Amino acid sequence: MPEGKKRLAIICLHGSIDVAFATFVLATAGAAMEMETAVYFAFYGLEVLKKGKINKLKVSPLANPAMPVKIPNIIAMLPGMTAAATAMMKSWMKKSRVATLGELLDTARELGVRLIACQMSMDVMGIKKENLIDGVEIGGAATFLEFASQDAITLTF
Amino acid sequence: MSELTPDVTLDNSGLACPMPIIKTKKAIDGMQVGQVLKMIATDPGSIPDVQAWVSKTGHELLKHETEGNRFIFYIRKTK
Repeated sequence: MPEGKKRLAIICLHGSIDVAFATFVLATAGAAMEMETAVYFAFYGLEVLKKGKINKLKVSPLANPAMPVKIPNIIAMLPGMTAAATAMMKSWMKKSRVATLGELLDTARELGVRLIACQMSMDVMGIKKENLIDGVEIGGAATFLEFASQDAITLTF
Repeated sequence: MSELTPDVTLDNSGLACPMPIIKTKKAIDGMQVGQVLKMIATDPGSIPDVQAWVSKTGHELLKHETEGNRFIFYIRKTK
């Protein structure tokens, strides 16, 4: 019989394309590997769960020295550069036939991945339950830790 | 080898990680224990990933072969 941890517990703290991809690729793969999987979204990570946002997340070229196209910070700070970098990244991903974030989110829900929004972050950032997509659970630190404390690998993005 | 007759064939050509594994899981879920899935992928990462997936889930990788740029896996559902 297969061995190893039976659960995958992920914390997502950022609302940018790259972080959301890492989160959902690992979450869907975890569920496909028959691991009980939960993702806890806090602070900027809540952006990912807002209604209509999943395919509108961005990536910033500012202070990002690993962008495949090098953009000096003094240029990257100009209006429109985040949109340009986002469009570039999306075109590279499309060319490589990577699933969209929307598809990955749908897959995660279909595979039973638990999506948990941090209550405290919602309060701090003025986000209400009705601002979030359906099927999101709301919980606190204890909700996540109770899940993660039982035989889980934990990843933070 | 032609003695392996798949019950279900799944073509994941062109799809990037993690979709070949996700679609493999969904296909296996819809099959009977003992049936064989033939899964085709073009993502080179699918070779280690399918091996890792069967190792974790307990399904059996009967064989895998490469035909040009296509990787073909025969997986038996064990449970």
